[in-house]
Amino acid sequence: MIRTHPVTAVLRNTWRGLTSMRTALMLLFLLALAALPGALLPQYSLNPQRVQTYQAQHPRLAPVLDRLGFFEVFASPWFAAIYLLLFVSLVGCVVPRSVEYARQLRRAPVATPRNLGRLPHHARAESDTAPEEILGAARRRLRGWRIAEREEPGGARTLSAERGYLREAGNLLFHVALLGLLVSFAIGKVVGYQGQVIVLADGSQFCNSGPLAYDSFTPGRSVDGTALEPFCVQVNAFTPTYLPTGQPREFRANISYQGPDDLATARWHPYQLKVNDPLRIGSTRVYLLGHGYAPQFTVTFPDGQQRTGVVQWPPVDMTTLLSEGTTKFDPPGVTEDAVRRTRQLAITGLFAPTAAFRGSLLSSAFPDLFDPAVAIDVLEGDLGNNSGRGQSIFSIEESMVSSGRLKQVARQNLRPGEQLTLPDRTVVRFDGVTRFVSLQVSYDPAQRWVLGFAVLVFGGLGLSLAVKRRRFWVRVTPAGLAGTVVELGGLARTEAAGYGEEFDRIVADLLPPGQAAPPVLTGHQSRIAVEGRRASDADQSGSGLL
Amino acid sequence: MLINPVLASYSDLAYGTALVLYLLAMGLHAVEYAAGPVLVTAAAGRMAAEGDGSVATLASPHNVPPPNVPPQNVPPENVTESSLHRGKPERIGRSAVALTGLAALVHASSLALRGAAIGRVPWANMYEFTSAICFVAVAGWLVVLYRQSMTSRQPMTSRQPSAAAALQRLGAFVLLPVVVLMFLGGTVLYAQAAPLIPALNSYWITIHVSAAATASGILLVSGVASVLYLLGAGDSSRIAARLPASATLDQLAYRTAVLALPIWTFAIITGAIWAEAAWGRYWGWDPKETCALVAWVVYAGYLHARATAGWRGSRAAWINVVGFGVMLFNLFFVNIVIAGFHSYAGI
Repeated sequence: MIRTHPVTAVLRNTWRGLTSMRTALMLLFLLALAALPGALLPQYSLNPQRVQTYQAQHPRLAPVLDRLGFFEVFASPWFAAIYLLLFVSLVGCVVPRSVEYARQLRRAPVATPRNLGRLPHHARAESDTAPEEILGAARRRLRGWRIAEREEPGGARTLSAERGYLREAGNLLFHVALLGLLVSFAIGKVVGYQGQVIVLADGSQFCNSGPLAYDSFTPGRSVDGTALEPFCVQVNAFTPTYLPTGQPREFRANISYQGPDDLATARWHPYQLKVNDPLRIGSTRVYLLGHGYAPQFTVTFPDGQQRTGVVQWPPVDMTTLLSEGTTKFDPPGVTEDAVRRTRQLAITGLFAPTAAFRGSLLSSAFPDLFDPAVAIDVLEGDLGNNSGRGQSIFSIEESMVSSGRLKQVARQNLRPGEQLTLPDRTVVRFDGVTRFVSLQVSYDPAQRWVLGFAVLVFGGLGLSLAVKRRRFWVRVTPAGLAGTVVELGGLARTEAAGYGEEFDRIVADLLPPGQAAPPVLTGHQSRIAVEGRRASDADQSGSGLL
Repeated sequence: MLINPVLASYSDLAYGTALVLYLLAMGLHAVEYAAGPVLVTAAAGRMAAEGDGSVATLASPHNVPPPNVPPQNVPPENVTESSLHRGKPERIGRSAVALTGLAALVHASSLALRGAAIGRVPWANMYEFTSAICFVAVAGWLVVLYRQSMTSRQPMTSRQPSAAAALQRLGAFVLLPVVVLMFLGGTVLYAQAAPLIPALNSYWITIHVSAAATASGILLVSGVASVLYLLGAGDSSRIAARLPASATLDQLAYRTAVLALPIWTFAIITGAIWAEAAWGRYWGWDPKETCALVAWVVYAGYLHARATAGWRGSRAAWINVVGFGVMLFNLFFVNIVIAGFHSYAGI
């Protein structure tokens, strides 16, 4: 008696447990369950602001959820554990089944059962045709089937035929392709990156020189930002088209670009960048994701010096493009920090592309640029932007206002060309407005592999669900002078949608009318019996994929 | 490409008409169901099926013996006694089916008119999408009935209603979710015909959304079949007694799911391709994407469960019902409540 080492036994049992069908099922449901919080709770990767809002609303629950990774479900260890276990289980299932399948492909169809009458599909007839002729007819009719002929001790001859091997091939292909899909997905996440950048649509340029060129940059683990594919984009103009209702019809950015090969020759290619239609340069893609307005202000300081600022004010209302932002100025020619920090300026407020006033309250009536206006506060004092803390370009530091170091000195509505004068005779003029576009750059060299494997997944699934594995048997027994007894039987290994009908057709072709012993019991009447048999088949094979 | 308001209003009219016709057909089916004979054999078959997963039970209310018993030996007493009532309810049911067919035609014309009015496929917002799903569900249901009536055209040995008739009386249950969805679509979700916003303006909307609507519609039929299976499997109540054999319901659920899963897979893949062109990544765990994947995983679980000993029958049916629950959740909750990239598909 062979005794297994207890550790080996534990390992083997764990492996068997992990690769069993029941475990795979449980893991599938766990995966579905674990993915749900990723859809229900706000996620850092999708919208960090909404996570912060949620955390503010649920001060007790949120820290616990945060620690457990519920705001980053798809990067959490428990989610990874589930899908890794699932794929281990899948490998443990696919490998032995591939071996078994390879064996089956080399094996002849199984011998004819002794009593064909017990099969779910069967027919019997007496014929005066010779056995050899009947078998020949069967062989011709069953072209495309895998066939084996045998002789039985009593003098009877049999023919076994089987068809539908592609079902299992599709099944295996489906599961292997799923593995390939996961691996390519992971590779893409490691070597790829995404970056967002806002570019003014006045001929400004963006060059993919490094992460610093972006406003936000999400690199894969192996991306250090030193070897980004070099290209430059120049945004010449941005043209939106709107319906009279304000619904956008088309966004189009007129751009020029230089690919890696053009940098030396300084050649620019014109391109119309549209939503749903990215610019593809090698494995890098440039997308038009959004747009907005950047108001331009010129500040004339009491000593006559001028400074001009153009900063994008992001839209706060996506239907009317009412925008909100801040444009900040340092006083020119002031070297002493203490002085400078009392005379910094911030212009903050609202911008409307098509102004609509309710009293003096500004709102926007239409997203396109018909009648722009700003409603601004001018603040003077210490912006707090040399405190060492990072500061948003879109807003002022509220703590500076509340501590009194940044004071409001003016509030007014301005149209292009209009200006206001501060108490210290500084003049702030609203010059006009420039459009901006927000671009996204994505790099994922593995995505074509993902697509390839996805197509294989689809093909394998289709094959494994559409092809039916089925068997057909013929037994011809010489019956003395009377002729030949023909027995036919059929069995579908898989849940056959309509094998009964195919069986009937084959029977009708092999046994001309009048020869078949009535009644021929046909398929649809006994479909459930097939299922019953199929079920026991599956039981015997243990952990089956499908 | 602007809107033709006349065609759009005709489309709305056809939509309302189709809804009313579905409602009438559902009422007729309900009468058929309530007045129809109790299917004794179905109940018996159900018991046998519950007892042993691998036993040969009866596929349909046809009184078919196990395959190894010659059919001549069927004792006539085995035929249900209530078969005398056959006829009238079944005739009512047939007119209900005819009415459903008519309603489906009107429904199709509503979709076609809407498409003509806006010059694109008419499923770019929730109203249009719900309407398309319901149409696919009804069309799929009519195809199921047609195929069943084709395959069960054989000499009637018993005076039982045919398998097609047994299936046909489920009409009320199939039309119920359709009517509810269409009512919601026509009231809460209704959206005026309008051209596409730039983000949706792509040929992928034809491919991706058509596939999603087709799969959802077929899965609706599958889900109904599994719900009925569970209703029937539970007890021998009056609901259960009038249902077709559980095996028939199980098969209906399975075959529709098997048909729908590749279509759903295709919808997810084409969605990913479109997302790559529109949003800069093919997969980003947007709530809609996540829920679509969850539904896919649940349906994959359903198919696996049916191939696993101890999971066939009620457990598998439950999984199928959960799968359809996820689909509905994905359609309504994710679009309306959760902010995501697919939110513009909302109301």
